[in-house]
Amino acid sequence: MSTVTTETPTYVGKRIKRKEDPRMITGTATYLDDIKLPNMHFAAIVRSPYAAARVDRIDAAAALALPGVVAVFTGADLDDVGNVPCGVTLPGLRIPPHAILAQGRVYFAGHPVAVVVANDPYRARDAAELVEVDYTPQPGIADPEKALEPGAPAVHPEWPDNVAFVHKQENGDVDIAFAEAEVIVKQRMLQPRVVANPMEARGAIGDYRSAEGTLTLHSSTQIPHLLRSIAAAVLGVPEHKMRVIAPEVGGGFGCKADVYAEELLVCFLSRKLGKPVKWVEGRREHFQATSQGRGHVDYYELAAKKDGTILGIKLKIIQDIGSHQQLTTPLIPTLSVLMLPGLYRCKTFRAEVVGAFTNCFPTDAYRGAGRPEATYGIERIVDCLAVELAMDAAEIRLKNFIEPQEFPFATGTGLIYDSGNYAATLGIALDTVGYAALREEQRAARAAGRLMGIGIATYGEICGFGPSPYTPAGGWESATVRIEPSGQVTVHTGISPHGQGEETTFAQIAADELGVSMDDVVIVHGDTAIVQYGIGTFGSRGTAVGGTAMFLAIEELKKKIMKYGAMLLETEDVQWVAGRVVCNKTGASVTVAQIAAASYRALKLPPGSEPGLVATSFWEPANFTFPFGAHIVVTDVDPDTGDVKITRYVAVDDCGKIINPLIVAGQIHGGIAQGIGQALYEQMVYDENGQILSGEFTDYVMPKAANIPFIESHHTETPSPVNPLGVKGVGEAGAIGAPPAIVNSVVDALSHLGIRHLDMPLTPEKVWTAIQGSRA
Amino acid sequence: MKHPITVTVNGNKHTAEVEPRRLLIHFLRDTLFLTGPHSGCETSLCGACTVALDGLAVKSCAVFAVQCDGRDIVTIEGIANKGSLHSVQQCFWEEHGLQCGFCTPGMIMASRQLIERNPDPTDTEIRHALEGNLCRCTGYQHIVTAVRAAAALERK
Amino acid sequence: MIPQEFEYAAPATLQAALELLADPGARPLAGGMSLVPLMKLRLAAPEKLVDLRLISSLKSIRREGAFLHIGAMVTHYELESAPLIRQECPLLAAAAAAIGDVQIRNSGTIGGSVAHADPAADYPAALLALEARVQLTGPTGEREMTFEDFVLDTFTTALEPGELVTAIVVPIEAPGTGVHYQKHPQPASGFPMVGVAVRVRRENGLISFARVGVTGLSGKGYRARAVEERLIGGAASDVEIKEAASVVAAGVEASADIHASAVYRAQLARVATVRAIRASLPHAH
Repeated sequence: MSTVTTETPTYVGKRIKRKEDPRMITGTATYLDDIKLPNMHFAAIVRSPYAAARVDRIDAAAALALPGVVAVFTGADLDDVGNVPCGVTLPGLRIPPHAILAQGRVYFAGHPVAVVVANDPYRARDAAELVEVDYTPQPGIADPEKALEPGAPAVHPEWPDNVAFVHKQENGDVDIAFAEAEVIVKQRMLQPRVVANPMEARGAIGDYRSAEGTLTLHSSTQIPHLLRSIAAAVLGVPEHKMRVIAPEVGGGFGCKADVYAEELLVCFLSRKLGKPVKWVEGRREHFQATSQGRGHVDYYELAAKKDGTILGIKLKIIQDIGSHQQLTTPLIPTLSVLMLPGLYRCKTFRAEVVGAFTNCFPTDAYRGAGRPEATYGIERIVDCLAVELAMDAAEIRLKNFIEPQEFPFATGTGLIYDSGNYAATLGIALDTVGYAALREEQRAARAAGRLMGIGIATYGEICGFGPSPYTPAGGWESATVRIEPSGQVTVHTGISPHGQGEETTFAQIAADELGVSMDDVVIVHGDTAIVQYGIGTFGSRGTAVGGTAMFLAIEELKKKIMKYGAMLLETEDVQWVAGRVVCNKTGASVTVAQIAAASYRALKLPPGSEPGLVATSFWEPANFTFPFGAHIVVTDVDPDTGDVKITRYVAVDDCGKIINPLIVAGQIHGGIAQGIGQALYEQMVYDENGQILSGEFTDYVMPKAANIPFIESHHTETPSPVNPLGVKGVGEAGAIGAPPAIVNSVVDALSHLGIRHLDMPLTPEKVWTAIQGSRA
Repeated sequence: MKHPITVTVNGNKHTAEVEPRRLLIHFLRDTLFLTGPHSGCETSLCGACTVALDGLAVKSCAVFAVQCDGRDIVTIEGIANKGSLHSVQQCFWEEHGLQCGFCTPGMIMASRQLIERNPDPTDTEIRHALEGNLCRCTGYQHIVTAVRAAAALERK
Repeated sequence: MIPQEFEYAAPATLQAALELLADPGARPLAGGMSLVPLMKLRLAAPEKLVDLRLISSLKSIRREGAFLHIGAMVTHYELESAPLIRQECPLLAAAAAAIGDVQIRNSGTIGGSVAHADPAADYPAALLALEARVQLTGPTGEREMTFEDFVLDTFTTALEPGELVTAIVVPIEAPGTGVHYQKHPQPASGFPMVGVAVRVRRENGLISFARVGVTGLSGKGYRARAVEERLIGGAASDVEIKEAASVVAAGVEASADIHASAVYRAQLARVATVRAIRASLPHAH
């Protein structure tokens, strides 16, 4: 397949500052809460303080009596709106009905019970406090493993076993592998729930116009077109009369690639009241009612030979589903199974996922969506194997890596890894960190009583979502490229960036391909009335899939441009040279701008050509892409307090072709920061019934600048053969490599004390307690 | 009962009648239409709402508008000089110190305060000075680079 | 997120403020860094706020003999940066510098913090070690008491209705006093899970003076007199320091929450005590 055709790129590959930034650094970007519509009203939601309860009575009289309050609605009022949808099909999948307001029972702390609409947000909040609700609390359950035990409170009475689904996958003969194994290691691992916490929480404005029957939904979303289709169906609005606009979106990390009760609720309210209605999520509400990440209890078993060759893998995942199924909730752990073998050539495995209902808000996609979980597990269990065999952590990985000549590589889980050179990234990481010298230093440190650890994690990643048969709603992406009569370029992309920088990187690609200035290219996204149907931004697909669609549309346009150029130059003997069509014989040329003017003026058309210069491409990828990398983390553990200090962080990542190294570095740093958060600081804490204990930033530990070390970031570029850009994707890599590298490092620091595993987050107390326990 | 207040914001004098409980951030965003300061949390920890009050970086979500009567406020919208970006803004742009941009106005206001007080900060001092500003996107590394670059620019 | 409604006044004099505070529904507003977040969560809902920011007599820092007289409305930033405080009472400057973050220190005040009596505030460790005094002014006039006597319990002080904290009085540190504030912050909120403040002096190589203040460990800050007694008269070797620090949490009911169990918090107290003593010794002679 052809790669990017420009000979000497002006923009691609260069460190170029972003087109997005001027509006953001001047405070003039428009986020959801910045939008003011005429006669806009404000919704405040009354939420259940209980995780499990019957709702006996709701009395809104006092609330309605407040000046400025126009309405209060409860679950009894939802006559013309359906349920929050789940977009996944799995055999035996149980999907509890999920109304947008509670129907007589609440299932998680924060479950919406009533909604107040007022002409001012302060009054709406005052009124919400005055809505009286009587509950009969019931026993709830927050621990997914305990939820599956007999006798646990039933989250949904019709399913007393609390099983949401069971998913099994296997390959090869696992039982023989384990029977023949010379060594078997086993480990239970927890990957607690974490909260996405983009700095902009969610928000939505519903604007229904009854005279036309049109509905506009402004939402801080990653998936405007999918949201439109789904919301239109749930609300009974014809799809062509619905518009979704994603304004500037202040981060998402997967939690905004979903369809939520509140988005449907503001539409319902606007239609009922004939006014635009805005709901802005408070941070506490984000902890209560936005989908969360991870939530695994994993049982790993690894069978191997004494020389470190992995023979087989067994994995049981208990996935904390939560109370309901959000859009892709049950899909996420199945992605973990796909990524189970990591970078290793072993194809023999047996995996089982049991989804457990709990009285907590559902889990769903969060940066990496199933792949960080899988990488964490395989990298931890491989380290456990290394310790068992007294083998070096790097050596054991090198022994089992898929090698460059083996690509494309069909895994036992049904994936085909596109390209890779795993030993290369690990080698660079080992060299950069000075591995041999570090192990020496560690020996000396240990002798002096210091707890120093060196942790390695090598990861692979499923990105560039993806071939449509394997995605819930289609995995292709679209682009329309318009060369205007002036020669300037407008690109409409179906992806929906929220910090990833495609307004810049796509302009780089388009400008290079068309030989125009980047200043003459604008990238438009997020509005379904303007942009052709697209899938959205998640799964590190923006450039790999969306960028490719744009590239192919440009290729189409270039064919037309050549025809026009030949016509204007009155010869067939022409070639494309950096933004011009050039006559090979005379050197006479015409620019893209001149051709554009001619094509719209249409004084003369080339045979078989239409006027205008617009092309649309819908591109279906034949495969996912597979970024990979190696992270090495050096830690110092304070034996008196258990504090973990990262003294060095070396990341070597391969995201395929790099379009803008500044942006790639930012994605790596940000992903690693979230991985550090997960490994050392973050966990969503519920009591055993489902009461929220970590529901604000005063209790949920968000990493601050002083908590993140300097990251030494390096890259290899192994182009992906899946798309003509050679891009693999980089949005999630950091969050995948960091947690296992850090946990491996801390366990390594304590391994001489006999400690074999510690669960995330590695809080100082947990580490200190483990050290105390080992010395007992 | 509403209170009359007179505040100077970004060099412009404004007189208004406000409820005592109206938070400064809402006064700025909803009355003066300065939507640069953002609300990112409810516990005055995230710093996205940071503005300068009489030259001091404060969290506008934890201040009532009535407390600002007679005082001088500068928001992100006011730190450029006649269309010329402040060095902190310029350097955030050059060094990719932002991704989604939501924390950025507050981050820039806090960085500006740091450089005013400490013209040659170390990376450790920068990270410490930004304890009151959360970012979920950047991992802070490019922010630190941007602040160091801005400090160098200001020293020239 | 939104406070309940209230009335507001910003008097220009202390007298006017006291008159307004005679109303039982009125509360003083200092920097607001403790009160406003509570009001936003609707955990506090005063009917009237009396803003003290215009009362210039509450903003002064001045020497009074062997003491520093600090007005209640002096901010944490002013205390961390004022040359007079940094030189004459460095322990107080250190505690102020450890509070929250830059924005909070720009707004929050020492009087507001002291009157709020959060068991996990930073000042108590330093104020106890300094044997600081609190000046109160109310309808019946002025009175003074030790900070130790002023804080009764969690969020509970000896303030009478209508009374204000008007000043904090700390000693000017004698030359040759080594001081240090060692804090283990709760990683989300930044408040001390445990904070230990130490002041020591040495004579002829032996500890002649020691004051140890602890905050965050339990429902109220306290002076660790048992630690002080073990230090005084000793040479403060590593072994002696560890031994003295080992009793810092003895007999104290340590708090527990999702961030630290009672057992771990007590461990942090011991570690913080050791580190605070070690760090203060080099300057003690």
